[in-house]
Amino acid sequence: MATLTAKAGTARATTPVAWSGRATPYLFMAPYLVLFGVFVLAPAIYGLWVSLHDWDFLLEGRPFVGLDNYTALFDPASAVYGDFWMSMRATGVFTLLSVPFLVVLPLGVALLLNRPFRGRTFFRGLFFAPYVLGVAVVCLMWRLLLDPNLGLVDWLLGTDIAWTTSLPWGWVALVGVTVWWTLGFNGVIYLAGMQDIPRELYDAAKVDGAGRWAEFRHVTLPGLRPVMLFVVTTTILASANMFGQSYLLTQGAPGGETRTAIVYILQQGLAQYKMGSASAMSYVLTLALIVVSVINFRLFRGRS
Amino acid sequence: MRRYTVLVALAVVFVAPLLWALGTSLKSQTEATRVPPTVWPAEPTARAYGTLFEGTTQTPVLRWFANSLIAATGQMILVLVVSSLAAYALARLEFRGKRVMFGVIVGTLLVPGFVFLIPSFLIVDALGWLDSLTVLIVPGAAGAFGVFFLRQFFLGLPRELDEAALIEGANHWHIFLRITLPLSKPALATLAVLSFLSNWNDFIWPIFVIFSPDYFTLPPGLSILQGAYTIDYPVIMAGAVLASVPVLILFALTQRYVIEGISRSGLKG
Repeated sequence: MATLTAKAGTARATTPVAWSGRATPYLFMAPYLVLFGVFVLAPAIYGLWVSLHDWDFLLEGRPFVGLDNYTALFDPASAVYGDFWMSMRATGVFTLLSVPFLVVLPLGVALLLNRPFRGRTFFRGLFFAPYVLGVAVVCLMWRLLLDPNLGLVDWLLGTDIAWTTSLPWGWVALVGVTVWWTLGFNGVIYLAGMQDIPRELYDAAKVDGAGRWAEFRHVTLPGLRPVMLFVVTTTILASANMFGQSYLLTQGAPGGETRTAIVYILQQGLAQYKMGSASAMSYVLTLALIVVSVINFRLFRGRS
Repeated sequence: MRRYTVLVALAVVFVAPLLWALGTSLKSQTEATRVPPTVWPAEPTARAYGTLFEGTTQTPVLRWFANSLIAATGQMILVLVVSSLAAYALARLEFRGKRVMFGVIVGTLLVPGFVFLIPSFLIVDALGWLDSLTVLIVPGAAGAFGVFFLRQFFLGLPRELDEAALIEGANHWHIFLRITLPLSKPALATLAVLSFLSNWNDFIWPIFVIFSPDYFTLPPGLSILQGAYTIDYPVIMAGAVLASVPVLILFALTQRYVIEGISRSGLKG
């Protein structure tokens, strides 16, 4: 950053100010800033305001209630307590179950692809392909594949498991479909990280007589540490933000057990129009995510 | 050789569900509900596609397709224009408040998107945009990713050309249009594809801000289709195929851009 500023400084010194008016930078920024202000900054602040009110979209009066929407979330006697924490639990369960698979399996796939061979780009594209599909398509497809009567999965396995309506199978389906859908994303990030590890390190390991496993443990893994931090962090956040699979694949079944926090919050806020309470919930969830991210960063830093 | 065995086995896992959806869309309704299921249609028929394209007032599928195309293209253009302008200022110009602006913009990349949904709903309602194509195009273009992504790319471009042009009396608008943008074609292409894909696939926003069938895009439309054709699986799968084919083709044509773009921005993010 310092070198850039210095360079810009010399450019300005050699050429008079005439080439650009003072307003130029702001004119370049203006179109984006308008959008950013209205659809990112304003909502971030407005949401806090809404959360302090008994804000029902369909009602005229929206009385100020202070922190009531927040305290209700921690009061076992309130109407929202049970459902909210059940949905937070579902989000937690899904995150704990899915993150290990989404961190480890793509690493294996990236290792398979990390050597030059014929068809490498083709396979990389193939494994990534599901990720370019939307959650609506993916869930529609898998609902039919997992159908206990007509689905291919039960037929292949010779079982009649109700994958989307019973436990623990609902979790298996949610995690399995998510892994199938998004494995390619973490895979290509690992792969790019592996290609940034200097070749000399591998050559040196070879000279020292390291086998495949030693090479992986002492060269690849340490070289991937920053990438790993990125993958773990974004995967935790993505899993904690899971919406579509719960909404479409299991539809919260059975009895709301697989309904995630985001599904519950958005149903409360944008289908029931209880926006004050739902906004408060979304800030509580965000706070929880920040805490998890900080712990994650600490753990990684502590180990290095 | 062992590598290929594993790769092919994996490839089957990844591709089979897609082929199965395609196969089902080509089955007759009786064949689609046959037990045990047939893997590939015994007597392929395009009946499901006929029904799908014909549509009904509740399921105007071709209209959804057009809406998806308009929304994704519109947002893509908007993102390219506003992000490249802002990224140029952040990468090349010095001005008061630049660091703060950049910090705030990038900071929002770390905030999960759902936090904005409820207040955004109230804002688009106040603007009178609920239940229109505008609401599918404009708000989503405010995301910080494009600005961040292009700024990184612009910073990597050599400054000598800009400086030479400045000395010859060009202004920043000329430099932006004639030097920076032409040199940034790969980055702009990547951003265009990523933006198109994310809008085309978006499900969470349209289901809450669109109410009439005429303004749905394909992803929320698929849910309606499922409700309307409950057990006519070939029609439902034909809808899924219709929603996937454009993005799969786009991905096949731009694979390198998409994957490099995602992995590079991922690492730098």
